Amino acid sequence: MRTGKGSGEGSAELLIEGVAKRFGEVAALDHVSLSVAQGELLTILGPSGSGKTTLLKVVAGFETPDAGRVLVGGADITALLPARRDIGMVFQNYALFPHLSVKANVAFPLEMRNIARAEIDRRVGEALAMVELAGYEARLPKQLSGGQQQRVALARAIVFNPRLLLLDEPFGALDRKLRETMQLEVRRLQRRLGLTTIFITHDQEEALVLSDRIAVMNKGTIQQIATTTEIYERPANDFVADFVGESNILHGTVSAPGLVALPDGRKLMVDSEAAPGAKVGLLMRPERFSGGGLNEFSGEIVEAVYLGTSFKLRIACEGGPELLVRQPARGTLPAAGTKITVGIDPEAIHVF
Amino acid sequence: MTTRAWPALPALILLLVFFLFPVVRMLGFSLEGGTFDWYAKALGEGLYLRVFWNTFEIALLVTVFCLLLGYPLGFLMATTTPGWATLGFIFVLLPLWTSVLVRTYAWMVLLGRNGVFNRLLMEAGLTTDPIPLLHNFTGVLIGMVHVLLPYMVLPIYGAVRRIDPAIPAAAAGLGASGGRIFWRIYLPLTLNGIFAGSVLVFVLSLGFFITPALLGGGRVMMIAVLIEQQVREALNWPFAAALSAVLLVATFAIYALAQRFSQPETTR
Repeated sequence: MRTGKGSGEGSAELLIEGVAKRFGEVAALDHVSLSVAQGELLTILGPSGSGKTTLLKVVAGFETPDAGRVLVGGADITALLPARRDIGMVFQNYALFPHLSVKANVAFPLEMRNIARAEIDRRVGEALAMVELAGYEARLPKQLSGGQQQRVALARAIVFNPRLLLLDEPFGALDRKLRETMQLEVRRLQRRLGLTTIFITHDQEEALVLSDRIAVMNKGTIQQIATTTEIYERPANDFVADFVGESNILHGTVSAPGLVALPDGRKLMVDSEAAPGAKVGLLMRPERFSGGGLNEFSGEIVEAVYLGTSFKLRIACEGGPELLVRQPARGTLPAAGTKITVGIDPEAIHVF
Repeated sequence: MTTRAWPALPALILLLVFFLFPVVRMLGFSLEGGTFDWYAKALGEGLYLRVFWNTFEIALLVTVFCLLLGYPLGFLMATTTPGWATLGFIFVLLPLWTSVLVRTYAWMVLLGRNGVFNRLLMEAGLTTDPIPLLHNFTGVLIGMVHVLLPYMVLPIYGAVRRIDPAIPAAAAGLGASGGRIFWRIYLPLTLNGIFAGSVLVFVLSLGFFITPALLGGGRVMMIAVLIEQQVREALNWPFAAALSAVLLVATFAIYALAQRFSQPETTR
């Protein structure tokens, strides 16, 4: 595991220390530790079954961990009931109260805190204005579109100035366009309010758009925590490299400084200080290839797909690996079977 | 009749011959001689009005007790682990599959002067004389609540199950205590189940015969017991028919009223 730099501004608002949780034989969380800074948006990214939802439930108080602690602002909240945690959460399917109006939904957390009626009215008005739903106070959730329901859930989660905001795959049910709008809106609100936020998703694109940092999870452990660029450019292992973005992953042995020998005998120049003899992984992003370079691959196009801005080519190299390459879409799409040579420079290859 | 309705034909014929026809025939009896005299007697004499009133009172009390006992049970069954829920189902459904007669006799054994309850109470020194539990209002109430409880539990169970578990979880996360989650979330979202169960129990109570006849011992007069007496002992079929018609209309009226006031389905 590699812990990234750039954890950024402020002190750790949320601290998770060695949290473990088993369900029967399965270790949903295998001693997970991480910290989220004040005002930071950390995304937990992982496939389904990676333990990310369990981790969120532990933070929210819906699951009790077998081991480990959760601290918010320095105070241990591991044993606290959900109602006492002061955490705003947006559920996957929003979990709006179907029998209550938009206004009553948003007012709910304030009523639970026994706040005066006039103050509740003022704050509900503010929160609804913030998510651009002023005028919808009297509607019932089922009279709203998916995006509007999402906004109500968000307003309800932030109206009581929670210490933490948790978002559990909140955009899953929205269509692509609406999802992008909501992503930017959530990001804008989170920055404006300075809310310390944990965002759960299995969508790597979404993670890259929204996050300050990303924690990639798999099989109950955190594979890497780092800034978005670091996760994309310098993944810590095969899993992260493969899960985030499109990738070509090769394995080899360092034969001399700056030179990696692949199993097929081919040697690649890399920008790495790994010692000779070390077994390393190589990541080459499809868009980093060009017509030529210090490392060249020749082969035959197996599949070519037109993607608007680029061509996506699958190339079977002579006596070697199959590569995924993206080229700017200029001219006509090359046909399958065409011979092609592509190249990549040492600095574009990430060694891990 | 559209072609799709044809498979329902045997059932319709069955209902027509064995249900609708006897009911119409019975209504005919009640109007014997072309007068409404029997209806005037049923609704005009204090004695019979008292029986109607008594019936409604018992039905209402049975409904209230079924609700008080059935809500917690249905709620627990819907929210507990599958194992406990199955156990709950066995306890709720087993009596439902047992004959009402058998269950009522079992209550006679339990509630009699020298029954199990009274012996336990006296041995424990809680009472010196047996408490009258049988052949009175209390006995009828206990027996009817027991027999009708499943009809309350099942709709409430269904209503609680229909609530997305994320909804009470969200309420907890937003700061609601257990009690507030119940009053603000569960109760309003299960009103339909409460309503359905209550109407079912109340309507079934109105026409209840075996349990009040046996546990009431002729001292607790409900309308069905009165009708049976008129048919079997007084041999006054027209009057029995008029009483039945009044019960039928009252039941329909309550059902129609319930339909009016039942809320539109709340969806998630």
